[in-house]
Amino acid sequence: MSHRTFVWICLLPLVVVTIAFFLLPIAQLVVVGATGPRGLSAYLAILTEPRYRATMINTVVLAAATTIATLVIATIAGLFLQRHRFPGRAVLIAMLTFPLAFPGVVVGFLIILLAGRQGLIGAISNAVSGEKIVFAYSIFGLFLGYLYFSIPRVILTIMAAVQKLDVGLEEAARSLGASPWAVQRDVVLPALGPAFVASGAIAFATAMGAFGTAFTLATNIDVLPMLIYTEFTLAANFSISAALSIGLGVIAWAILALARSFSGGAVAAAG
Amino acid sequence: MRDRLIFLGQLGFTLLVAAFLVVPVILSLSAGVTVNYFRGIQSGITLQWVRQVWELYAGEIFLSFVIAIATLVVTLVVGVPAAYALHVRGGKLSRVIEEIITLPLAIPGLAIALALLLTYGGFGSFRRSWLFILAGHVIFTMPFMVRSVMAVFASIDIKTLDEGAASLGASPWRRFRNVIVPNAMPGILAGSLMVVTLSLGEFNLTWMLHTPLTKTLPVGLADAYASMRLEVASAYTLIFFVMIVPLLVAMQMFADEGQKR
Amino acid sequence: MSAIAGHGAAVHIERCGKTFPDGTQALAPASLDIVSGETLVLLGPSGCGKTTMLRIIAGLEQPDAGGRVLFDTNDMTPVPIEQRNVGMVFQSYALFPNMSVSDNIGYGLKIRGIDAKARAARIKEMVALTNIGGLEDRRIDQLSGGQRQRVALARAVAIRPRVLLLDEPLTALDASLRDRLRGELNRLLRSLGITTIYVTHDQAEAMELGDRIVVMRKGAIAQIGTPREIYFTPQSRFVAEFVGAANIVEGPVIGRRLMLTGGSLALQEAADIAAAVAMIRPETIRIVGQGDASLTGIIDSVSFIGDRLRLVVTGAAEKPLVVDAPNTIVAGIGDHVGLSVAPEAIRLLPRED
Repeated sequence: MSHRTFVWICLLPLVVVTIAFFLLPIAQLVVVGATGPRGLSAYLAILTEPRYRATMINTVVLAAATTIATLVIATIAGLFLQRHRFPGRAVLIAMLTFPLAFPGVVVGFLIILLAGRQGLIGAISNAVSGEKIVFAYSIFGLFLGYLYFSIPRVILTIMAAVQKLDVGLEEAARSLGASPWAVQRDVVLPALGPAFVASGAIAFATAMGAFGTAFTLATNIDVLPMLIYTEFTLAANFSISAALSIGLGVIAWAILALARSFSGGAVAAAG
Repeated sequence: MRDRLIFLGQLGFTLLVAAFLVVPVILSLSAGVTVNYFRGIQSGITLQWVRQVWELYAGEIFLSFVIAIATLVVTLVVGVPAAYALHVRGGKLSRVIEEIITLPLAIPGLAIALALLLTYGGFGSFRRSWLFILAGHVIFTMPFMVRSVMAVFASIDIKTLDEGAASLGASPWRRFRNVIVPNAMPGILAGSLMVVTLSLGEFNLTWMLHTPLTKTLPVGLADAYASMRLEVASAYTLIFFVMIVPLLVAMQMFADEGQKR
Repeated sequence: MSAIAGHGAAVHIERCGKTFPDGTQALAPASLDIVSGETLVLLGPSGCGKTTMLRIIAGLEQPDAGGRVLFDTNDMTPVPIEQRNVGMVFQSYALFPNMSVSDNIGYGLKIRGIDAKARAARIKEMVALTNIGGLEDRRIDQLSGGQRQRVALARAVAIRPRVLLLDEPLTALDASLRDRLRGELNRLLRSLGITTIYVTHDQAEAMELGDRIVVMRKGAIAQIGTPREIYFTPQSRFVAEFVGAANIVEGPVIGRRLMLTGGSLALQEAADIAAAVAMIRPETIRIVGQGDASLTGIIDSVSFIGDRLRLVVTGAAEKPLVVDAPNTIVAGIGDHVGLSVAPEAIRLLPRED
C-alpha cells in the first residue's frame, strides 16, 4: 500500500461522517428554509418581519453588550493576575476559570440561585430594604448568564496574551518617559488587540447562539435561539425555523471568520 | 502608596468577579444537601435529595456516560487518523476539509440539531435510538479532537519522524502505530478530555435530538430545573459538578503543562 | 556633536546590591564611577549580575537598602525610569509593533510634548544618523534584524538621554552582521560622546567598544580597567580565561624563573613561590630552535587558521600549551621544539583554591 493510499484511508472516515451528519443535513436545512409557504423570502423574514427583526436586534444588542462587558472585566482581571504574584493567586485563577465548560442550562440555574425568586440577591435585598430584587428571568438575567460563561474563556485568552507580551516593550516605553497610564494606552492595550478581537468574537458568537441559558431562565425573553425553538416545536413552522437557524449560523460564522482574518489565529465558539 | 491603592482596587475587582462565578456554585452545592433551602442550612443537612435524584435520573446519567464514551471512541477512531492525514497531506483540500469540520464550532448547536432532525427525523428507529444523539455529539466534538491532535503534529515535526521511520523500512500502518500515535499522545489525551467534558454537558443539540426514552444528564437537568423543587434541582447539579469538575481540572492542568513545555 | 547627543551625565553607583525576594543575591553591593561621555562595558557570563547592574542604573530595579545611583550630583535612586531620561536599547529591541519606524523613534519625543514639526526634524536627524533612510513608514515586522537594531538605537538616542544604556544590543544578530554593526556602533558612540553603559557577554565587543571594561563574575566585579589592562594584566585566572585565549600554567617560582615540566621561563621579577599560577597568551609564545630554548615540548597538533598557525604543544607544561605561531613556519606533529616567552608576557596570578 502506498503512503498516498494510506493517507486517503485515514481521511475517508472523517469525510464520510462529515458529509452524512453535517453537510447533508445543513443542505437539507437550507432547502427546507427555502421551500416553506414563503418560499425563498423566508430568508429575508429575519429582516422584514417586524417581530423577527426586533428579536434579531435584541439578540445582537445583548451579545454585543455581553462581549464588551466581558472584555472589560476579563482585561482588568487578566492583566492583574498575570502581572502580580501573591499568595492565593493560583486559587483565584482556578476560581475564575473552572466554569469554562459549564453547559448553558446549568449556568441558567446558577443565575436563578443568584437572582431568582429564592435567590441570594433577593434574600439580601429583602433583609436590607424589605424589597425583594428578582431579575433572573429578565434580559438582565440572561446578560448575567452570558457573562458567566464568557468570563472564564476570555480571561484565559487574555492571560495567555499578556504572558506572551514582551516585558521589554513596557520597559522601553517607560525608558522613553511614558507614565504608567501611557504605557497601558500606547503599548499594552494595542499589543493585546488580536486577543481582544479573537476572544471577543468567540464571546459574541457564543452569546448569539446560546440556547440552554435562555431555556432554563424560561421566560419570554426574545432572543433568536428561543424564537427558533418555539417556531419549531410549538408552531411547527419548519421552514421559518430553518431559515432563522441558517441566518443565525451565518452571522455567528461571519463574525468568527472576520475576527480570524483580523487576528490570524484560530477562533471558535463553543457551548 | 498610589501603587498600593491600584493593586488593592484591582484585587478587589478580581475577587468580586471570582465571587460572581463561585458563589452561585456554592449556593447550588449547599442547596443540594439542605433539608429545606427556604429555611436555610439550619434546617439540617441531608443526602435525601441526592438519593432522590439518583432514583429519578440514574438512567439519564448512565446514558450520558454511554454517549460520552461512544463519542470519544468515534472521535478517536475517525479523528486521529484524519488529523494525521490532514497534517501530512497539507494543501488546499486539507484546509477546506479542516475548515468544514470546524464549522460546528461557529454554527449554533440548535441549527445543527434542526438540520439533523429535518434530514433523519423520518428514519424512525435511528431517530428513536441514542445513536441519533451520538451523531450530533460526534459532529460537535470532532473539531476539538482533530485540532488538538493537529496542534501537536505542528509542534513536533511529525513529517520528519514519519519519513525517518519509513527510511527504516516501516510500513505506513506500522508507522502510524509506532511513531505517529505515541507522539500525538499529549494531543490525543487533551482532545479526549475535551470531548468527554463537552459531550457530558452538551445541551443545545441534545435537547432537540432527545426522545422521552433517550434523555441525557443535561436534558434531565433542564427537566429538574423546570419541574422539581429547588433542592432536587440543586442536588442534581451537585452530581453533575462532581462528575464534570475533575475533568475540567484535568483539562486545565493539561493546558498548564502544555504552556510550560 | 553634542547637539545630537545632548549632555552626558557622569554616573555614580554607590554600594548597589540586589537581593531578590527569594533570597538569591544577583549583585553583591558594588560601587562604580562612570565618567561623563565614557563608554563603559559590563562584561561577564550569563548570571554574573551585569544586567542587574544595568537595570539598577536604568531604574527598572531598585537597589537593596543603602545603595544609591547618582547622575552627576542628582540622586536618582527614588526616581522612576520614566523620569530618569535614559535611553535604553534592549536585547529584543522592544520596538512597538503597533507603530511605524518613525512613530517608534518619535515616541519619546511625543511623550515629552514636543510638537509635530520639531519631532519630524529630530526623527529625520536620527534616521540619517543611524542610516535607515527609506524605512520610516515601514512596520516593525517588515524590518530585518540589523534594521531593527538601528531603529532601537535611534529611538533611544532621539530623546537626548543623559545616559545611554545598551543591553546586549547585538546578541540577537548573526555573526557577520554583528561584526559589521559593532564597527558602526563604535563610530556612532564615539561621535555622540554620550555616557554609555554597554552590557555584553562577548569579549570582542567589549574590547572594541569599551573605554573601560568592568568584568563581572557571580554578582561581583572581578576587575575594572581599559581593554589593554584587562587583556594584558588580568588580576585573576577568571579574567585571564574569560577575555581572550589564555594558557594557565602552574609550577614553583625559584629566583627569577618559573619552573615547568619541560624546563623553565625567565620572569621580570624574582620571587619565591612554592606553587605559582601564571598566564601566558598563545600569541606571546615563540617557536625557537631546541638548542636556544630553556623550555621544550612536542608538537601534538597543528591547525592552519589562515592568518596564523595554532599549535598544541605537550610536554612543556603540565597541561598542553596553545601556541599561535606565524603562518610561515614549518611545523610537523611530533616535532621537538623550543619555546620562548618574553618575561613581561608572563603574568603571575593569585592562586584560587
